[in-house]
Amino acid sequence: MSTLGTLDARGTPAAATPQQVLADGIRWKRLEIIFWLCLLLPFVLTPSYLSLASQIAITALFAVSLDLILGYAGIVSLGHAAYFGLGAYAAGLLAKWGWGEPLTGLVIAAAVAGVFGYATSFIISRFRHLALIMITLGLGLLLHEAANSASGLTGGADGLQGVKMWPIFGAFKFDLFGTTAYVYSLVVLFLTVLVARRIIHSPFGLSLRGIRENAIRMPAIGASNDAHIRKIYTIAAVMAGVAGALLAQTTETVSLEVLSFQRSADVLVILILGGAGRLYGGIIGAIIYMVARDQFSGINPQYWYFWIGLLLVAVVMFLPNGILGGLARLTRSWRGKWW
Amino acid sequence: MVSDAAASNVAAGKAQGAIAALSTRALAKNFGSLVVASDIEIALPQGARYALIGPNGAGKTTLINLLTGMLRPDGGQVLLGDEDITTLDPQARVRKGLVRTFQINTLFPQLTALEAVLLAVSERKRYSGHWLRKLPAHGDAIDEAYAILDSLRLGPVCHRLTRELAYGQQRLLEIALALATKPRVLLLDEPAAGVPRTESAELFTAISGLSQELTVLFIEHDMNIVFRFATRIIVMVGGRILTEGTPQQIANDARVREVYLGGAHRG
Repeated sequence: MSTLGTLDARGTPAAATPQQVLADGIRWKRLEIIFWLCLLLPFVLTPSYLSLASQIAITALFAVSLDLILGYAGIVSLGHAAYFGLGAYAAGLLAKWGWGEPLTGLVIAAAVAGVFGYATSFIISRFRHLALIMITLGLGLLLHEAANSASGLTGGADGLQGVKMWPIFGAFKFDLFGTTAYVYSLVVLFLTVLVARRIIHSPFGLSLRGIRENAIRMPAIGASNDAHIRKIYTIAAVMAGVAGALLAQTTETVSLEVLSFQRSADVLVILILGGAGRLYGGIIGAIIYMVARDQFSGINPQYWYFWIGLLLVAVVMFLPNGILGGLARLTRSWRGKWW
Repeated sequence: MVSDAAASNVAAGKAQGAIAALSTRALAKNFGSLVVASDIEIALPQGARYALIGPNGAGKTTLINLLTGMLRPDGGQVLLGDEDITTLDPQARVRKGLVRTFQINTLFPQLTALEAVLLAVSERKRYSGHWLRKLPAHGDAIDEAYAILDSLRLGPVCHRLTRELAYGQQRLLEIALALATKPRVLLLDEPAAGVPRTESAELFTAISGLSQELTVLFIEHDMNIVFRFATRIIVMVGGRILTEGTPQQIANDARVREVYLGGAHRG
């Protein structure tokens, strides 16, 4: 007889209680820890790219916030930049008006995005699929044009000038090399992922996956989809707002682009590229997308989207669950152990 | 067990003052000019095992949709115990203990069987609002979900994804999901649909093993199953109730024979 005992389909000992199996499924995997350690590598390997690294961390955070609604609850959004932009302008304006403390600025920006997210969630929860795409798209355009026309407040197409950030904890100044920016962004990304991780492993997270898998069945087991959707949409808006605020604070400027359709579309591409519904998909997608953009636009600044387009088509055709989905399929036998 | 006297018909039930677990009064529904339910009066006593039979298009699934709130009736009432639930939405009715399964599997393909049942349990226990407490911390819900799966012999496959389960197991999971809501009344829409004949008896054995507190109404086409597992039978034709009675009464009813053998009332 094997000393390993019998293994079920997921490679867990059959003797384990259901509770143990569930606990095992959500514990920290080695690969996860290695992944986070790898994110420290830019400090040593590419110290001249820390500004880019910080932008990647911010975009990754934005993508993780989209993943919570798209990947876990199945809410398709083409206007997620609305909350990113609100957070950016809130943090930027706050600093411009004389309160340059980064951490409180982050909290206030998150609150602003959250309030707008909560307000719009009442519309969002009533629709699905194509209608949802149109509504989120519309909300995004609305806000973009509002910011454009309120140029007295936002600086319009010229962007918001005069954003001056104070040092973090009064000690760490935002430097030209982006060292402080990357540390700051990475820490916030990590903390946000911790929260997101907890959410997706909670009973609430399970209900979200239920909505994604079969929204029509949910009422038949006594669930109220609307309340769940409003809640996760607000949480995702808060996280997107944090990402936007980080960008405003680390670059000390806010351009209209933070609210643009392009940003909403980019983050969707990033998430699908990396793999939706996998928590780390958004981060992987952001790294690949942003590095590719940096490299390709270095070769040819005008046509770099050609390559992104090619990459997207290839990924969707050959890796329908994104890069992480493809990797998971390749390493199915490792699953549970490493990932 | 259900006494014949208590359940012989609606009038008798009322006369005795017994409150049916689920009843309707003059329930009606039209789709345009098509009458899909007309003057439906049923009264299911607690613990009953009722079969709902009738030719295709008789309005059996429509009746379940009306009972569970997935369709709004044009007239009449639905009562759960002595409470009028006609205006409640489907999820509110589930919370009050009226739950259904579906003729076609409507499950959660990418959830494991355990996760799916756990989802239903945590919705009932109102754990689904917990977003900063881990799932494994809710041991009571997990134990309950596993017990339900185990009682339907799904224990060994509880960590498989739903889409990887055999078809018959998915049919059982449908029932497990319904049971996880702790129903008082369970409506089964062709629970054995698509299941090979040899296995469907097994499935109904599992159903008949459910708590005697639970009131069950099931739609089923296989008359052998119906006569074996139902204590009473309701026959529907053309959106109306043709008759109701014990299996013996139904088997000897000339009108029922005509509907099934003559095929005169199809539609």
